[in-house]
Amino acid sequence: MTTQTKEKPDTCEEIRHPIEKLLRMDRIPHIWCPGCGIGIVVNALGQAIADLQLDPKKIAIVSGIGCTGRVAGYVNLDSFHTTHGRAIPFATGLKLANPELTVIVVSGDGDLLAIGGNHFIHAARRNVDINVICVNNLIYGMTGGQVSPTTPVKGISSTTPYGSFEPPFNLPYLAMSSGAVYVTRYTALHVRRLKKSIRKSLSRKGFCFMEVVSPCPTVYSRRNRLGTGLDMMRYYHDNSIIKHGANPEEADISLGSKIIVGKFREVDKPTFTDMVESNLRHSVGKDEKAPKIDVSHSLNNKPRLKKKR
Amino acid sequence: MTLTKGVFTGVHFWQGDIAVAEGALAAGCRFFAGYPITPASEVAERMSKRLPPIGGVAIQMEDEIGSMAAILGASWGGAKSMTATSGPGISLMLENIGLGMMTETPCVVINVMRGGPSTGLPTDWAQADIMQAKWGSHGDYGCIAVCPDSPQECFDLTVEAFNLSEQYRLPVFVLTDAAVGHMTERVLVPEDDKLDITPRRLTSKKPGEYRPYDYGKNLVPDGVIAGQGYNIHITGLTHDEKGYPVMTAEVQDKLVRRLNDKIRNNADKIVMLDEKNTENADVVVVSYGIAGRIVGPAIEMANKEGIKTGFLRMKTLWPFCEKRIRELSEKVNGFVVVEINYGQMALEVERCAGGKSKVLLQEHMGAGVPTTQQILEKIRKAAK
Amino acid sequence: MKKMWRRPLDSQDVKVPVGMVHIIQDRCKGCGFCIEYCPRSTLRESVKFNAKGYHYPELDKPDSCVNCGLCELICPEFAIFSTFCEEVPANGKGA
Repeated sequence: MTTQTKEKPDTCEEIRHPIEKLLRMDRIPHIWCPGCGIGIVVNALGQAIADLQLDPKKIAIVSGIGCTGRVAGYVNLDSFHTTHGRAIPFATGLKLANPELTVIVVSGDGDLLAIGGNHFIHAARRNVDINVICVNNLIYGMTGGQVSPTTPVKGISSTTPYGSFEPPFNLPYLAMSSGAVYVTRYTALHVRRLKKSIRKSLSRKGFCFMEVVSPCPTVYSRRNRLGTGLDMMRYYHDNSIIKHGANPEEADISLGSKIIVGKFREVDKPTFTDMVESNLRHSVGKDEKAPKIDVSHSLNNKPRLKKKR
Repeated sequence: MTLTKGVFTGVHFWQGDIAVAEGALAAGCRFFAGYPITPASEVAERMSKRLPPIGGVAIQMEDEIGSMAAILGASWGGAKSMTATSGPGISLMLENIGLGMMTETPCVVINVMRGGPSTGLPTDWAQADIMQAKWGSHGDYGCIAVCPDSPQECFDLTVEAFNLSEQYRLPVFVLTDAAVGHMTERVLVPEDDKLDITPRRLTSKKPGEYRPYDYGKNLVPDGVIAGQGYNIHITGLTHDEKGYPVMTAEVQDKLVRRLNDKIRNNADKIVMLDEKNTENADVVVVSYGIAGRIVGPAIEMANKEGIKTGFLRMKTLWPFCEKRIRELSEKVNGFVVVEINYGQMALEVERCAGGKSKVLLQEHMGAGVPTTQQILEKIRKAAK
Repeated sequence: MKKMWRRPLDSQDVKVPVGMVHIIQDRCKGCGFCIEYCPRSTLRESVKFNAKGYHYPELDKPDSCVNCGLCELICPEFAIFSTFCEEVPANGKGA
């Protein structure tokens, strides 16, 4: 059988890349560097949404600032590119006002865990029903390579030119101790597992946290002499250990260390939406009908008494 | 029954903060996210009590920054939303207020002003956050801020704030102060169908045709909410009509000009003033909020002395009543600005008076009000 | 690739999919992920380059694509994917 490249199509009908249905094609090509793993996450997300046959009208993407934050701009869904670190509370407000939406937060390690750290732990504590994909490239990429809360000790960055002297966060450990109900970590190499993890997250309720360890060839790898994106992928290949249910305390990432990936936790707990609704029930008398979250009255007002100024 | 619609019709004896919360409910607010801060906690407490039985959502977020982000998200989710805080909280929220301005998200921010700077006087009033509302967030943006002087006005102007936020698509400030916020007075809440409510401007265009930031002559785009298939992209970056980030000088010029002009050009329709005897006056006392409540005796005494004194009370602080001050500056001898700060609206009055009349400031730093004697002295000076 | 030393009993019935690779050359940024991780080593780096100056992949073994979809998932530029052509009998061919 012959296989063909796109320059010589077999039929008159041009076959498009399947993900293009989900992308804002008028903004492609994207700004991410060669060898960056963010595009892989977009692929996994797009295929997960297609596999689950979710209604695209009911999906919203919220992102923060940074390289990963640009995902919102390329995905053809209701997408919100908010301020640095504040994607999670924005997503909380969005989800509570319209609980039918599937809200996905896609953002980076600095955005979600440094400036957004407070919001992260509280949303996990509350079990807000959102799906958080954290692309962890161990650095602040967009602004030129400053240290991040996940940069390993001795990692060179532009603000730690002599090597990072702070202990980094262990994201699955942090997410689990804050109360997240579904916690996974994969690298950009584990594409199929990542896609499956996103599918699982979108199908279940509660605060689902997926960490994706991704190469940053332009700043992190270059400064730390770790090679190209491909060299990083080879590193992930040789050093990842897939271990479901691992003890998150042992899942630290340091320079040259093994990377424990897999599903750390999957439990069920009442979501924040459930708890807000139960609060609604408790706010009325026993004999009264329990209200449901319904903000539609906000927009149902018809103009009355148009005052002339 | 009107309570299920949130409108608590009747005559009440309410604190200003409670009246603000009730005004929000009457305007259709169904989402509140806040953080406790004296003197605004009562607003959050009232909303937590009143929203759940009517299907609304009231949550206490982990900080003010999260509160502001949550109300922006809720607004895009289809709710009229509000937060309430005081000076220190507004300082925290300013970045997201800027996001609200840039993305043109309708919502209301209550600032129950207290003594500052920094922690200042948590339980005492001041009026020193006026410039902060207009210039606090970085960049140039149009601002609307209303200022009630009584619990009744807290109710009325909060309803108006929601209307203005929907009409002009931006976060609107309600600048009360700890005195008015904690003052208990008679508040009359009309019947639900007698309230003037502006609905959200939702587009009638179909997905595909709709552009989130396309605008007509009034410079305000029609909106949508998430979940309707419009696949909007909303960003804080400088953006074009499609909402896509286009960071060029041309797009920046067009966008920033419009964000400011949509308020500037419509200032006549937005500004609300309460004037007494300002025509033919020699001196006009300009004030607002709690300071506006206490100038009466001084003006009366000045009039008895033969100084024709008028009173201009600003119910909207931003946009500033530039046109009216310019008109008056042609006729009056002087303005006396009475405010509980070290001169904020006085700067605006001075700017607009353009040197044609004197502008004197009767200041007070907070936790008190200027005395009648002090104000009278200033009126006498302004009359010379 | 190892050659099987024992042929499975059902090797006559096993069918292997055959895929057609589509490469959108101008989108490629030469990261090399698809070439490295294609399980069938179908691709190699081309000596030609695109308008951006990157060497895009080309087919090294045109008949070996099994439409596994890995290249589609692993390409960060959305520049490569495969489509299903047909299924052919495995015929005891090597793994």
